[in-house]
Order: sequence, then structure tokens, then C-alpha cells
Amino acid sequence: MCRVTAVEEDVVARTPLLSAQTADGEVRLTAAGAWTAPNAAELEGLVQGFTSDASEVGVAAIDMGAIEQFDTYGALLLERLLRAWKARGHQMHIVALAERYQSLLRDVHRFNPPPTEAGPPESKVLYAMESLGRGVSNIAGDLVTLVNMVGALGLALMAVLRHPMRFRLTSAVHQLDRVALQAVPIILLITFLIGGIISQQGVFHFRKFGADEYVVDMVGILVLREIGVLIVAIMIAGRSGSSYTAELGSMKMREEIDALRTMGFDPVEILLLPRVIALVVALPLLTFLGSMAALYGGGLVAWIYGGMSPEIFMTRLQDAISLTHFKVGLIKAPFMALAIGAVACAEGLKVRGSAESLGLQTTSSVVKSIFLVIVLDGLFAIFFASIGM
Amino acid sequence: MARSQDTPAIRVRDLVVAFGDHIVLDHLSLDVRKGEILGFVGGSGSGKSVLLRTIIGLLPKQQGSIEVLGVDLDEADDAALHALERCWGVLFQQGALFSSLTALQNVQFPMRENLGLSERLLRDAALTKLEMVGLDARDGDKLPSELSGGMTKRVALARALALDPELVLLDEPTSGLDPIAGGDFDELIRTLQQTLGLTVFMVTHDLESLRTVCDRIAALADGKVIAIGAMSDMRHSAHPWMQSYFQGKRSHMLARVPSMTGA
Repeated sequence: MCRVTAVEEDVVARTPLLSAQTADGEVRLTAAGAWTAPNAAELEGLVQGFTSDASEVGVAAIDMGAIEQFDTYGALLLERLLRAWKARGHQMHIVALAERYQSLLRDVHRFNPPPTEAGPPESKVLYAMESLGRGVSNIAGDLVTLVNMVGALGLALMAVLRHPMRFRLTSAVHQLDRVALQAVPIILLITFLIGGIISQQGVFHFRKFGADEYVVDMVGILVLREIGVLIVAIMIAGRSGSSYTAELGSMKMREEIDALRTMGFDPVEILLLPRVIALVVALPLLTFLGSMAALYGGGLVAWIYGGMSPEIFMTRLQDAISLTHFKVGLIKAPFMALAIGAVACAEGLKVRGSAESLGLQTTSSVVKSIFLVIVLDGLFAIFFASIGM
Repeated sequence: MARSQDTPAIRVRDLVVAFGDHIVLDHLSLDVRKGEILGFVGGSGSGKSVLLRTIIGLLPKQQGSIEVLGVDLDEADDAALHALERCWGVLFQQGALFSSLTALQNVQFPMRENLGLSERLLRDAALTKLEMVGLDARDGDKLPSELSGGMTKRVALARALALDPELVLLDEPTSGLDPIAGGDFDELIRTLQQTLGLTVFMVTHDLESLRTVCDRIAALADGKVIAIGAMSDMRHSAHPWMQSYFQGKRSHMLARVPSMTGA
């Protein structure tokens, strides 16, 4: 039993928990005080001392009469003492253990801890190779899951196209509100700042060789073709992809997804499709807004920092960019959205029972979708270059 | 024990707990005696779990006083509260096992944090606890998500008992268990209570466990304890809720108990 109020004076003045006298070739141990959890660590040391002390004594007795408190820990350690003695072929008698503690000792006596099985020592080289192999096979597995997820989404989309009434419009609109409308302020702010920074760097460096006006070309092309869509996609992967994974993961943990399935609903159609569609619709819109904000920020910095008036900036911008640049950025957006959505959903459904796995999958959802977004961007760059856009 | 035997393990006086305008517990008073198993019953939403959570300090109270093991929760300083928290074990309704730790690690957690034991004793003690609740070493390596409902409750009980507490608070220990498992669990609580000398405060719906393990029963209705006493007293209560609860269809099994057949 534990004590609510720690009685410090007791601890100082009390008799030792376990002491021994030898008389007539017989060891007599005397136990006293509280054989309880708070004293277990100290008691274990004492018991260890007596068991390792290999004196050749035949008979021993332990007097438990002076015990004030006794709990499972005390019983375990007493039992350990008895077993150690017995293992050496000696006997030990218990004297004067109070009746109410007997049953506890009997319970503990029945208990046989299985030996800790220590595996053969592993070679570090083998371990490193094994984890490398596992890593590679995991990457392959991830790819399969992703393709699977895109396939499942495609199937659900076909089913919905055949029976449009089955589409969860309310859910899709709700998700659209969350991933598009509510993301607008932060997207505008970030892209505005990025546009401003690019413009400042351009002005600063181009000025050295008198080419400051080319800052407009750089801002325009960079923002419309690459930075706008990339920044927005990365923001959305961190903002909405992670929340999709966490939502679906906790639904998975609470067996909500299983419940849906048993009621005859397809979780892909009900939960995943509206989310992914919302993303695919939202990302081009956000990319457009983001690009405009970035151009605005770039123009503002060019004016304030570079001394280029807005009229000149606009005129140069019209010369520098064409509709093609604008299209290149926007065409990429839905594909990136699909990648983010598919990764987020696949990772969400991979969540197992523990809180830890929820965190793990959410992290890996964000990391993988950002990685995929950048890989996609690279592939698109090659593609557009080869078709001359 | 330095404290006298007649200090109740839990003493609740004039307790008022409300959520906004909704008064859940209305000047409730209750004593849980040392060494007894008190079953606490009441309709769904009557505030049984609220009382339990207020006693262990998870919910704020508006009025009244709570004394646990002789310590007034309002007057105790942090050190005393911390010491008190080591003296009670709580079994939550859903088990509340740490999902990223194995069953064995769950049981070891309070020991590891509080006692500073060697790895060997830690393992022995945790395995003993698991064995006490009827699980074996192989179950110890499982994660909570791999355990069945009954096993989860057992592991949670083993964790509640990890520090050999004086007082155990159980929130619906047998709910969600089949009658046989529920019966086993009741027996387990009874055995542990006798072996370890526990005081048990048990919120339950299970008439069978009220009948078999509880020394006394307290019934909660309208935010107050409307009756407290042995099972036979419960059946004589005139309160309509008590009538329907203890004399309802599902209570027919109580009639099997010879001492109550006269009722």
C-alpha cells in the first residue's frame, strides 16, 4: 500500500528492511518496515545482496513478523529470495507472515516469469542491408498503393458519372470551402511576399549590369510558369493534404470506415472522391489568385525599391509574358492536386490502431506529396519544353 | 496505516457540478468506506462518470468538498496531490491504454515513472500484474489495437493496479464484455480486492456484478444519492427509478439469491 502523506521522519529513523544474523549454522533474516512499492528499489538491492552472498549455510529462516506493510512488490521480492535460496539447494522458512499477506504470496508463488529470450546478436552490416532492402521495397509498395488509390478514385468517378445522383455534392462543396475559400488569405499573403522577394532580388542583381527592367520578365515568367503553382501546391499539401490524412486516419482508427463499408457504402465514393475533387477544383483557382498576388507583390517592390513606375511595369509585363506562360502554370495545377489528394487519402487509410501511426502517416503524407509535386513539376518542365510551350 | 480505519476512503460533501446551466450533481454527498467495494448505479446520463471524473480531479466542481484517503483535494498542495495520484488507480471506460506502447509497457509505465526499479523487477512486477488479471506474457507484447475488448479492460485494470494502489476507481469495468467475461472480471475484482486489500469504487450498469461483488450499492438520480446500502435494501426502496431498476425485467436473476427471495 502506498502512503498519501510522505512521512519523512519515519524513513530516517526506521529499522533496516532486511537484516541477517548467523547463529548455530543457521541464517536468520529479519524483515521489517514497509515492503511496498516505494521501497522496492532499495529492497531489491538488499535481496540481491543476500542472494549473491554464497555462504554455505544449510537452513535459513526469514522472520516477517515485523512487517508493517506488504504489497505485490514485497511479495515478488520475498519470492525471489526464496527461489534463489532454493536454487542453491537450501531451504528457507517463512516465520510469522501475517495471515492477510499469505494469499498475496501464494499468488506470486504461482507465477513463473518466462525467461527473456535474447535473439542471436545481429551483424550490423546485415542490419544495414536489411533496412536498405526494406526501404526500397517500401518505396515500391508506396508506388503500388498510390496507383491503386488513383485507380480506385477513377472507378468511383466513373460510377458517379454513370449515376450523378450518387455524387456527394454537399460534401464536395463543404470540402471546397475548407480547402479553397478558407485557404485564400494565407495563400495570398505568402505568394505576395514571394513575388516581392523575387522582384527585390532581381532588381538588386540586375542593376549591376544595368538590366533592371528585365526584372519584370523574370518575375512574370517565373511566377506564372513555376513559382505560383509550386508554392500554392506545397502550401495546400501542408495545409489540406495533412488534414485529409489525419481525418481519414482517425476515422480508420475508430472503425468508422469499416462501418461505412458494412452499410454498403463505398468509402472511396463517399469520403475520398469529394475531397479529391474539391482539391482538383481548388488548386487551379488558388494558383490563379496566388500568381496574381505574386505579380502584384513583384510590381509593388519594383516600384518602391526599384523605382519602376506601375505603368512601365505593366507595359513590360505585357511584352514579356504571353498566354502560354499563364496556361503552363494552370495546366499543372489539377495534376498536382490529384497527386496531393491521392497521397493524402492513401496515407490516411494506412493508419493503424495507434496514435503514433496517425502522426507518422500524416508526416509521410506531407513529405510524399511535396516530393511528388516537385517531381511532377520537373516532368512537366521537360514535357512543355519538348512541345515548345 | 497511521490513519484511523474510520476515515472513509472517499468523502464527498455537498458536491455541485454543472455544465453551464445544466446541473449534473446537485449537493451530492457520499462516503466510500475503506476496504469495501461500492457499486455506483444510475441511469444513462445521470452523472455517474461525472462524479468519478470530479473525484479524480478531471472535472471542476462548483461547490462542495472532496476528500480522498483523508486528503482534501482543495487544500492539498501539488506534492500531496501527486502523492495521492500514486495511491489511486483509475480504469477508464474505454481502457485509455497508450496506443503506441505494448500491453506490458502500458503496465510498466507508472512503475517506470514513479519507482525507479531495475529492468528485471519491472518486468517481473508487470508480468505478475498481467497474470493477476488473467493474461500471459505473450499478450504483454501486443499493442492495444491488437487486443480484444475484454483484454483491453484487463490490461487497463493491470495498469490501474500497477502501483498497488489503496483505492481503485472503475468506470464501467464490465460494460462491453460478454456475461461470462463480465463474471470473470467481477470475480477478478473481488479476488484482487481481498488479496490486496483495495477499496473499490465501481461505476456500473451491470446488475450481475452489483449482486456478486459489491458490498454496498449507491444509486444516483436527480443529481443526488437516493439510496445507499446492501442489495436487499435497494429492492425495498420506494423511489420509482429504483423500483424499475431493481425490480424490472432484467433483475429477475436477483430472485435467485436466497436472501432476497422474501422481497
